[in-house]
Amino acid sequence: MNIFYHFGRYLLFIKSMFSRPEKFKVYYQRTMMEMNSIGIGSLPIVAIISLFVGGVTTLQIAYQLVAGLVPKSIIGSIVSDSTILEFAPTITCLVLAGRVGSNIASEIGTMKVSEQIDALEVMGINSSGFLALPKITAAIIMLPCLIILAMVLSIWGGMLVGDLAGILPIESFLKGARSTFRGFTVTFSLIKAAVYAFIITSVSSYQGYYTTGGALEVGTSSTRAVVYSCVMILFADYLLAQLLL
Amino acid sequence: MIEVKNLNKSFGEKHVLQNVSAMFAKGRPNLIIGASGSGKSVLMKCMVGLERVDTGEILYEGKDFANAVYDEKKAIRREIGMLFQGGALFDSLTVEQNIMFPLNMFTEMGKEEKLERVNFCLQRVNLVNSNKLLPSEISGGMKKRVGIARAIALNPKFLFCDEPNSGLDPVTSRVIDNLILEITEEYEMTTIINTHDMKTVFDIGERIVFIYKGKKEWEGNKDQIRSANSEALAEFINASVF
Repeated sequence: MNIFYHFGRYLLFIKSMFSRPEKFKVYYQRTMMEMNSIGIGSLPIVAIISLFVGGVTTLQIAYQLVAGLVPKSIIGSIVSDSTILEFAPTITCLVLAGRVGSNIASEIGTMKVSEQIDALEVMGINSSGFLALPKITAAIIMLPCLIILAMVLSIWGGMLVGDLAGILPIESFLKGARSTFRGFTVTFSLIKAAVYAFIITSVSSYQGYYTTGGALEVGTSSTRAVVYSCVMILFADYLLAQLLL
Repeated sequence: MIEVKNLNKSFGEKHVLQNVSAMFAKGRPNLIIGASGSGKSVLMKCMVGLERVDTGEILYEGKDFANAVYDEKKAIRREIGMLFQGGALFDSLTVEQNIMFPLNMFTEMGKEEKLERVNFCLQRVNLVNSNKLLPSEISGGMKKRVGIARAIALNPKFLFCDEPNSGLDPVTSRVIDNLILEITEEYEMTTIINTHDMKTVFDIGERIVFIYKGKKEWEGNKDQIRSANSEALAEFINASVF
């Protein structure tokens, strides 16, 4: 029954966010700030992860392709397809669930336990909308951009490692990547990114918003935000693949 | 004026407020007193809408707040200022930004005008040249003053103070009490103070509501409190005054 209680309360929390903003300009400014924090702030970690995931994927596929009959260019095909379809959106968002999710949950959780959210409510401000909506909007805009960057860097990393390690030249890698490329996979990946962005920010905001207690509970909320976001991302990953592919 | 009629509030099986009715005078400091766990904080939370009441009415100048729809509640809330126990200042904003926050949200003032209002409020609570400090850089007493300055930024009709003296030394407590009294009289606010500090009660308790085990046990003023016919109140006073 506990899961139904939380799911119901989560839906009510989402619903409560969508009332008319008290002042659009303030919400706009907050969204811009969150775009900077979530998007620009995540650039280094996304870049590092993407480069390494691409490089390691190339090395491991080359290790598995022991039969001489398979053309080396297939490595480029597999690396680019798996990167676009799965690695870039899912792995990046799982990592961002840790970085962004814990940050959101602890920020809102601390505001909750120090009565700052009560102060917003007493002023007549819709606290859930004021705190969570700019974060959700910012993430839905910025995460697809980060995922595009992750795709580019991951494929570039795979291509570079393939060339430097003497596995296959850049031309072969690109030939393989182009041979199986389908435009819809990018669209699918961006849909996934937007869905994951909503999951990470809404689940984390929910966890923070309903924190009760003190510092210890803020930490617990933060951990729960990351764990639940990751589980929901994997669940959504399966559901979207089943529905859209 | 604020009137509370037959207020009931339960948390699960626990009946925290039982048929509480009280009247809070306009332009005067009104005190809610009682021991810890008596229900006075819940009463205040119900009055500002942080807790939903089970049954009963809360009338702000005749308008029922407890049973109002969301937009009506929002409109009444804009006439409410509240000083929280811990200040509840936004810790990522400076003192100036904290006081400017309600002005940003609810007014169309220009930047200069807002700054002027912020400086006026800071001056009113005797805190000048603190604009750029963060809440983490100021003392408990200063936090309370900034909380008061933020609460009065929009010229509210009703001011709620939740244990304004908690965690403060006796001297600072008196300064905060006097400040609340001055502001109440100056702006003719209906001020409601939740406290268990008997010094506050005897200093500014013009209208006092004593809550005991979720019920209104006694109502009167500081001159009547010692002769009140209530054992619980006598015990509460005797335990506090030495």
